[in-house]
Amino acid sequence: MSATILLWSVTLSQWMLVAAMGCAAFRVIGGPRAQDRVLGLDALYVAAMLLILTFGIRSGSTIYFEAALVIALLAFVSTAALAKFLMRGEVIE
Amino acid sequence: MTGLDDFPLWAAILVSLLLLAGSALTLLGTIGLVRFKSFYERVHAPTLGTTCGAGGILIASMLFFSVLQSRLALHELLITLFVTVTTPVTLMLLARAAIYRDRTEGKAKIPGFQNDVPPSSAMASDARPDDPG
Repeated sequence: MSATILLWSVTLSQWMLVAAMGCAAFRVIGGPRAQDRVLGLDALYVAAMLLILTFGIRSGSTIYFEAALVIALLAFVSTAALAKFLMRGEVIE
Repeated sequence: MTGLDDFPLWAAILVSLLLLAGSALTLLGTIGLVRFKSFYERVHAPTLGTTCGAGGILIASMLFFSVLQSRLALHELLITLFVTVTTPVTLMLLARAAIYRDRTEGKAKIPGFQNDVPPSSAMASDARPDDPG
């Protein structure tokens, strides 16, 4: 009973997160300016991290946690570097 | 999803509700990212996913692994802490970069800076049709 509930809710939540990644990818591809694309990339990173976490719940193993942590780190670094690039024209000055 | 038949029902329902709420809020945030009209409205939308969405899914994951392993598994707190600390920083950097770009080009309407158009781009801002919003 509880396995069925968990399976269905995890599946539905994964599809919702995939739809969220699709919306963010739409903004990355069609964003009118560069800052819209960077914002979409940040949302894409967050949705991907949450999707990896739901994969961890689905498989019942804690291996996926490290992947989610690495994705969160990369999201911070890449968005900060891209915002710095939009501001100054270079990342490391 | 095998070997979960002795998983308690209350925990399964709670984990499911938190998962569904978190992913629905993340989806709502990215729908706002698609549908809002200007960048300064859009920059608010994905924070729904990074606060409530990530919080719901991370609490669901903590609860699931704590019940599954019969011990306190709180390593997801690292991600919670990291996301909570870094999201305002990155979005502030991004909004500052956008304001800088819009002010140097003088094209887009910045909220709170309507009269602050640099003189070099006055012609470009005059040629733009007025924003109804």
